[in-house]
Amino acid sequence: MKWNGWGYSDSKFLYNKKGQAEFTGKRYRLSGMIIPGLREWMESTFGANLQHKTPAAPILNSSAVQPPTLNEAFLKELKSTGIPFSHDAEDRVFRSHGKAEKSLLMSTKQSSMFFADCHNDVVKIVELACKHNVCLMPYGGGTSVSSALECPPEETRSIVSLDTSQMLNESGYCTGHEPDSMEFSSLGGWVATRASGMKKNIYGNIEDLVVHIKMVTPQGVIEKSCQGPRMSTGPDVHHFIMGSEGTLGVVTEVTMKIRPMPEYQKYGSVVFPNFEMGVACLREVARQRCAPASIRLMDNEQFKFGHALKPQVSSIFTSFLDGLKKFYITKFKGFDPNRLCVATLLFEGDREKVLQHEKQVYDIAAKFGGLAAGEDNGQRGYMLTFVIAYLRDLGMDYYVIGESFETSVPWDRVLDICRNVKARIVRECKDKGVQFPPLSTCRVTQTYDAGACVYFYFAFNYRGLSDPVHVYEQVEHAAREEILANGGSLSHHHGVGKLRKEWMRETISSVGMGMLKSVKDYVDPNNIFGNRNLL
Amino acid sequence: MLWSYRHSGTRKSWFNINTRELSEVVVIGSTASLKDEEEFTDILEERRRTTDLGYALRTFNPQPYKGAPSGSTSDLKKAVLESQYLRYIIALETGSSVEKVRQEARGILEEMSHNLQLGFIRLMGYTVSKVFKRLFRSIYVNMEGLNMLQQAIQESPVILMPNHRSYVDFLIVSFILFTYDIPIPVIAAGIPLASMKVVGEILRRSGAFFIRRAIGSDKLYWAVLSEYVRTIVRTGCAPLEFYVEGFRSRTLKSVVPKLGMMDMVLEPYFKGEVFDITLVPISISYDRVVEESLLALELLGVPKPKESTTGLFKASRVLQEDYGCMHVNFGRPLSVRQLCEGKINRSEYNLIPRYRFIQDCVNWLAHLIVRTQEEGSLISPWSLMACLLLQAPITTLTEEGLQWHGLTEKTLWLRKLVLDFRGCLNWPARTPDSDVMSSTVALHHSIVHHKAGRVYLVQDGDPASQDPLSPEEGVMRTAAAVLMLVSYRNQALHVFVRPGILATAIHITKSTQKDELFSFFCFLRDVFSNEFIFIPGRASQDFDEACSLLQKCGAVHMSQQEVTVLETGLEVLSFLQKLLQPFLDSYQFFGFFVFCFAGDLHTFEVLSSDTQKNVLAALRRLEAVTKLRA
Repeated sequence: MKWNGWGYSDSKFLYNKKGQAEFTGKRYRLSGMIIPGLREWMESTFGANLQHKTPAAPILNSSAVQPPTLNEAFLKELKSTGIPFSHDAEDRVFRSHGKAEKSLLMSTKQSSMFFADCHNDVVKIVELACKHNVCLMPYGGGTSVSSALECPPEETRSIVSLDTSQMLNESGYCTGHEPDSMEFSSLGGWVATRASGMKKNIYGNIEDLVVHIKMVTPQGVIEKSCQGPRMSTGPDVHHFIMGSEGTLGVVTEVTMKIRPMPEYQKYGSVVFPNFEMGVACLREVARQRCAPASIRLMDNEQFKFGHALKPQVSSIFTSFLDGLKKFYITKFKGFDPNRLCVATLLFEGDREKVLQHEKQVYDIAAKFGGLAAGEDNGQRGYMLTFVIAYLRDLGMDYYVIGESFETSVPWDRVLDICRNVKARIVRECKDKGVQFPPLSTCRVTQTYDAGACVYFYFAFNYRGLSDPVHVYEQVEHAAREEILANGGSLSHHHGVGKLRKEWMRETISSVGMGMLKSVKDYVDPNNIFGNRNLL
Repeated sequence: MLWSYRHSGTRKSWFNINTRELSEVVVIGSTASLKDEEEFTDILEERRRTTDLGYALRTFNPQPYKGAPSGSTSDLKKAVLESQYLRYIIALETGSSVEKVRQEARGILEEMSHNLQLGFIRLMGYTVSKVFKRLFRSIYVNMEGLNMLQQAIQESPVILMPNHRSYVDFLIVSFILFTYDIPIPVIAAGIPLASMKVVGEILRRSGAFFIRRAIGSDKLYWAVLSEYVRTIVRTGCAPLEFYVEGFRSRTLKSVVPKLGMMDMVLEPYFKGEVFDITLVPISISYDRVVEESLLALELLGVPKPKESTTGLFKASRVLQEDYGCMHVNFGRPLSVRQLCEGKINRSEYNLIPRYRFIQDCVNWLAHLIVRTQEEGSLISPWSLMACLLLQAPITTLTEEGLQWHGLTEKTLWLRKLVLDFRGCLNWPARTPDSDVMSSTVALHHSIVHHKAGRVYLVQDGDPASQDPLSPEEGVMRTAAAVLMLVSYRNQALHVFVRPGILATAIHITKSTQKDELFSFFCFLRDVFSNEFIFIPGRASQDFDEACSLLQKCGAVHMSQQEVTVLETGLEVLSFLQKLLQPFLDSYQFFGFFVFCFAGDLHTFEVLSSDTQKNVLAALRRLEAVTKLRA
């Protein structure tokens, strides 16, 4: 695993000797393949040239990391319990940041790391932390993008990170919960952040999947007495835990629903003449409640990006076929290549039902001018969500920084929010002196009865900027303000962390803040779980 | 994901976009003091050199707003009728069947809708070119403003907001945009124009859409109209042109803006349906207004002739006259997004259906636009002369005559004052001042005449009529002439209003204390806010502006707490105070009249229905009187 980038150490994008982009490793469908269109796309989109390279700091130097503030008494007592721990600089840096762009460029002040194995270990650690007034920061998979894992600068106590990632057993069952980070994120983290998975249309979001939770808090252990599927016993205490972002305690045990592995899986894709038609189609699909396991709509820029990531074709026949498809869509059907957009689909279930379902969805799409564009495009679309995070690392090598963020919004505002937020990003970049037009793109990734989840990506070439991280933060901030002004939510599933804290009050009202605050005050009066997320 | 493209257009244009320093414009009073003749181009010059037919038939291929679909008028109507909002309103209308209400809505839309057609734009271009060449010596347009407009149109929906001083300016913007290959606007017009035979239809096909005058509480009509306007803005299918003042100013003075249309136009931004809207204030100034005499009579209560095609032909005798020059000054495009930053919280609309407005902000914006129009207006030598003529006793003007020499001297003095006050002056360069003076008087021979070193007021019909006049007729006749002068004076008024109010405050309070003057300044500003354009909530800025202008021209000396009048400043102060005196008199007289006191009439201006209307509105606003329904 990389500390200064996304994912596995063996998997990354690089330019080979011929100057062609290549994805290394063996883990993904794209691994080991040459991607001929990527370089041109990078150059034309960002003005990112091969000649201008910025190497990321490859080896971590212990002296570059702040020396830890140690609490000897706490350590001594804890050593006697035999729970493994580490002071190692690399471990500490690794655990004190998530995957937000900014945190990849920061250092840490954490003192030690403990690797908890089971519920009882955690109980012991929390008890001792309370006794010695040590600050605890739970750590799951480290995939946070909301600065939730950064150490609060105002914290003066010894900070101890609690890694729970080894607690997830490889069970082999299917929970159906598949966030884009699923290879790396942890179950406890999903619960603590109110996560959402790609296939929520079939399996539901984390709140629909969870049956039972056990959490260790400074006041003791919280859990329900039974596993009834629904209870009317006042407000659901699970909802204090889900989304608490490590401010109340450590989630040690979760019971989740499991489902049989789907018998049959089928990808699909639909091309629409423009984004407006695509959104109208998704809305209709949501209205008829026939959304497949996943349905995502990419805008035109992402469509072009996806195309740039197409691997080298193996035969003349395939490239001939591609040419034919292109001719059919643009010339025969009259789609404008600079406006068309594509929806990717994933169906799951038993074979017969999938085929029936597929037909229903394609029929609706046809009413909105959509043309079926094949399984292959659909599958590549989903593969992209796993490799796109690696691509960010390639961008950083060439002065490109980027980030994604999400929101949820009622159906009637989807088009407005997409247009306005993208335009705001472009305008802010320009105002802040970014030399090249940024990539500013979005996709609708989830559908609900009442609205949709929208994902924005933005990236820009920071050559010529004296403080790119600051510019980047300003742009992200402006984009979030635009989202809120257009009726979007503060977060659909990334959570609040520290990055979005400032908008919490206007989001949930002062009384709402008071409610959460009083729970925190009761559960953790000494602020042992002092990561200062959320509130 | 099927094939590859080259990025075109958008990438390159990143560097070409002019960085517009929009915030600059908000700093009121920062406009350049003297517009050089060079900045303006005479568009009639080329029209006189080449044939009108060739001009009308040239290729017209403008660059539209980027995302705009090339929708036809029927698409527009369809979009309006099928909009969610209209369907909602129709469903609310009870009493008759939905189909019937839909039918009614369709009827309203038919009556309202424009039918912009390129063929008619060409016809319009041809005719307008012919007429304008007859009426005007030249039509000056600032090319820089046009360039900025062209750029702005490609970036966001554009609203063109000219001032309205004459019927002539109805098509002038379309004419200019056609000439420079910029998309033709659709124009909001009053319904009476639509009922003119043939002409109504020509206007409709040249892009006019028609709005009823008294809409009252007709919900369906409001719904159709607002949806129609919003759809135009939202789709950006054409720039939208409308008069924020609501109607043609009879007094040539800016009218306090109307907010209905402004609301509808801005709503798509407030609701997030468009990223931004660009407002372009346009100031149109005339050396001589075509309908000057009609205006004066109208103000005195003679009903205005109904708009009709035959009336139009009868009026064609105006073609024989010379109306000097016309200046069309395209203001810097203003981004609503930037102007409203920090003023409104758009997320307030997150929980309610998206059709409510932010009146305060709209009101502020509307005033800002009119103020910007004022600043962009060019003041002619004639306006300066009118200011001075009106300060002479009326008997001097009608009987003894005013000394030509003295008037020339005073006008030149006033010219300097206007420049000190950063007004835009349209004073011909490279022409001896005496020639400017005499040609100005010649142009306005219908109001004054110059004979044997003296200037006299022309009173209509004088030589022909042998019958002795009744006193009423005499008053009316003089009043009509005076009100014409008043109109031209009004064209310059905006430059003097703020320092003028301060001068009046100094004159009345006799105080030198700054805070005392400020509170009286605020009182007058409040009383006259139906009369002059004051941007709401900027009283202290207005006061500071007045102070700094008076200081600049050497009239007063300012210290931390005091304002002292300088010996050298008496002339300026007395001029300013006399300039506003008629307004004070009118308001005072009218106030006495309302409260059943008697008073002596000091000014003819009180006879103007416009002044009376403003006074009444002010009294109602200040809650001195209330209106009872009859």
